[in-house]
Amino acid sequence: MSVNAVTMWWAENTRLIELLVDSLWETLVMVFTSGFIGFAVGIPLGVLLHLSKKNGLLENTTLNKALGIVVNIGRSIPFIILLVALIPVTRFIVGSSIGTAAAIVPLTIGAIPFIARLVEGALLEVPSGLVEAAQAMGAKPIQIINKVLLPEALPGIINAVTITLVTLVGYSAMAGTVGGGGLGDVGIRYGYQRFDATVMMITIVILVIMVQMIQSLGDYLVKRVDHR
Amino acid sequence: MIEIKNVNKVFYQGDKVINALSDINLNIAQGSIFGVIGSSGAGKSTLIRCVNLLERPTSGKVIVDNIDLTQLSEQELTQTRRKIGMIFQHFNLLSSRTVFNNIALPLELAGESKSKIKSKVEGLLELVGLADKRDVYPANLSGGQKQRVAIARALASDPKVLLCDEATSALDPATTISILELLRKINKELNLTILLITHEMAVVKGICQEVAIIGDGKLVENGSVGDIFAHPKTELAREFIRSTLDLSIPGDYKERLQATRIENSFPLIRLEFTGASVDAPVISHVAREFNIDISILSSNMDYVGGVKFGLMLAEFIGSEDCANKAIQYLKEQKIELEVLGYVS
Repeated sequence: MSVNAVTMWWAENTRLIELLVDSLWETLVMVFTSGFIGFAVGIPLGVLLHLSKKNGLLENTTLNKALGIVVNIGRSIPFIILLVALIPVTRFIVGSSIGTAAAIVPLTIGAIPFIARLVEGALLEVPSGLVEAAQAMGAKPIQIINKVLLPEALPGIINAVTITLVTLVGYSAMAGTVGGGGLGDVGIRYGYQRFDATVMMITIVILVIMVQMIQSLGDYLVKRVDHR
Repeated sequence: MIEIKNVNKVFYQGDKVINALSDINLNIAQGSIFGVIGSSGAGKSTLIRCVNLLERPTSGKVIVDNIDLTQLSEQELTQTRRKIGMIFQHFNLLSSRTVFNNIALPLELAGESKSKIKSKVEGLLELVGLADKRDVYPANLSGGQKQRVAIARALASDPKVLLCDEATSALDPATTISILELLRKINKELNLTILLITHEMAVVKGICQEVAIIGDGKLVENGSVGDIFAHPKTELAREFIRSTLDLSIPGDYKERLQATRIENSFPLIRLEFTGASVDAPVISHVAREFNIDISILSSNMDYVGGVKFGLMLAEFIGSEDCANKAIQYLKEQKIELEVLGYVS
């Protein structure tokens, strides 16, 4: 294909390209906003799940069980159902139940329990002896969390962030259901509903590249912080 | 410095009640190195963890530097623990921090200034001989170096007491010796009271002035190291010392061992030398006097606090009459003797 042909295709398909750029932006906004809020809530929740466990630093089995049940409920609802079921909540929070902002609400709520469990798992990897050593040194619980647990679990937490972002890219494809837009939505509408295989292929290629980049960046960061 | 008074610790495992510690009383003087020795499961780990209340005793008092720790609130306990350093079998260093930052951790916890942390940590690195490893991560250190970092970290907050929980058990013998030397050095230089628990006799012999033997959650005996090893008063203490000497009969000997004496077989004898035994070159004497040859199979003799003690497995080769006379003579020298059987 000559340069000329590319420029011609470009000129002929400006509308399509604008659509792809817009939807790429929508995907990025949905994934990273819900990811960011999800981590802000999910990481503390995961820490709390870990600490409140039996023989944990702040043992509280009642709280642990309650949190566990809530998290499990959140994780067991299929995302597409959660998306629809949360419409009233979404309307209450963002004032509308359609659009990209509206899709962020269910994405965030779907991400929180997911992140919480992953973070809990990452914290479980921290040897209990380290917590004990910190206690023997006279560390307060908050210091143990900030100076021992979180830094030691950091490689695992970064890994959890990576997995979550990739999962959110997948979830965001369903956001079209509530008019959230995004690449997945374009793929469905053009590729499936209009039989436009080219557009579908382009969206898939962009999504593949996006996931590869997130994963590579995550792996790189894990390697940087992991001194185990 | 450390007083342990009527300490009991009970664990519940379902319906099962486990008395991990029963009525322990210990008094450890300021500036001494005190060892607690016992086989695994004896309760020694629980005991040392009770001293800084990582494990809260079910009843009894733990007094460190005139403060009864069991009476403190959580906050007060956290503060007081800063004056009790602790090192562990598996070092428990933070993998995410360099050597420098590991040692700095207790100072950070206490809210010390950056400049104070820097000078303090550099001094400690010098003390434990790791100045060149300052910016290395623990993963790149050997076991002995890791334990040195852990010791430096434990000393960072100028503790009055250092607790060593099987601190050398994961190290090879040569490294163990160098760590013990370091502990002796800091004990002298900083006048630090050290309480260590171990299952290794060599550790206690190498470094401790006083020792307590713990078995089945009970304090069996305590006193000066020489005394305890040479003149164990209780059967349990003796059994323990015997078990650490570990003198078992080799497999092929065991197979050939017979209960009665037949033609051309000779007694296999276990001799036990204690502090009560007559201090004389008895083996060569017996061989000469009673016309027998003594073939030593294995032997584990030791010299602590001016007393020889230990175990020996030997064959007494000679006529039955001579052997019996030799045995009789050795018994008179207060050497414990047991005929294990006869080998041909």
